[in-house]
Amino acid sequence: MEATPNESLGAADTVIEITIASHFRFVEIVGVVADQLTQMAGFEAESADWVGLAVRESIVNAIKHGNQLDASKPVRVRFQLTDEQLIVVVRDCGNGFDFNHLADPCAPENLLNPNGRGIFYMRTFMDNVEFLLQGQGGLEVRMVKHRPTNQNHRSC
Amino acid sequence: MSLTISHRNVGDVTILDLSGKITIGEGSVQLREAVKSLLENGNKHILLNLGDVSYVDSSGIGELVHSYTTVKNQQGQLKLLNLTKKIQDLLMITKLLTVFDTFDNEADAIASFS
Repeated sequence: MEATPNESLGAADTVIEITIASHFRFVEIVGVVADQLTQMAGFEAESADWVGLAVRESIVNAIKHGNQLDASKPVRVRFQLTDEQLIVVVRDCGNGFDFNHLADPCAPENLLNPNGRGIFYMRTFMDNVEFLLQGQGGLEVRMVKHRPTNQNHRSC
Repeated sequence: MSLTISHRNVGDVTILDLSGKITIGEGSVQLREAVKSLLENGNKHILLNLGDVSYVDSSGIGELVHSYTTVKNQQGQLKLLNLTKKIQDLLMITKLLTVFDTFDNEADAIASFS
């Protein structure tokens, strides 16, 4: 995999790459890795829970909407924990979607729609979420959560 | 099983005590089937006790919405009891607390159906 400038690897970075088949039973495997990394990163418990939810939502989207539940198509996940942030990149094999025109799940006309909240939660709980269509096909979702500063962990 | 559902009746209210996860791969289908079964048996006053639900994703929230609209469309009522903080937060940030009747106290919830 070719690294982009944003993904350049620092000497102390932790990188974990996982490839799963498109089946919901594998979502939790990736989720557990996210949970371990947020713990390593020093996130508060509540913040860690929300990051874990955002990661799980992105995997579900990749399996369901990206790969259309085709178990032969992989979902590739890359976690990179740097000194400053946790970067999570999820790639599927789908055709992407119009991520600039998503319906607002909070609009009155959408409140009773059972679908359409996953990306909203991802954007709410992560500091940055980007969607990038890949030239060779597939969608890449790149999410960033800044690590708590050392200041936040000082007891006095 | 990821989601365990047990039934209780108090007067004409059916309480579903949910325990476990409500997610796309696990509990959503069970919840849908449980609510459908109640409606088929004429139980239209339904209280979902979420106190022991450990995890909900957007699909689980969507299933709560689907259950709510399904029951309402059959002239019934579906209300929520004992929301965990996480579920409350997920409902709040998507403005769904304005949709659901929610209760911290079972007796108050039961009384609200009459």
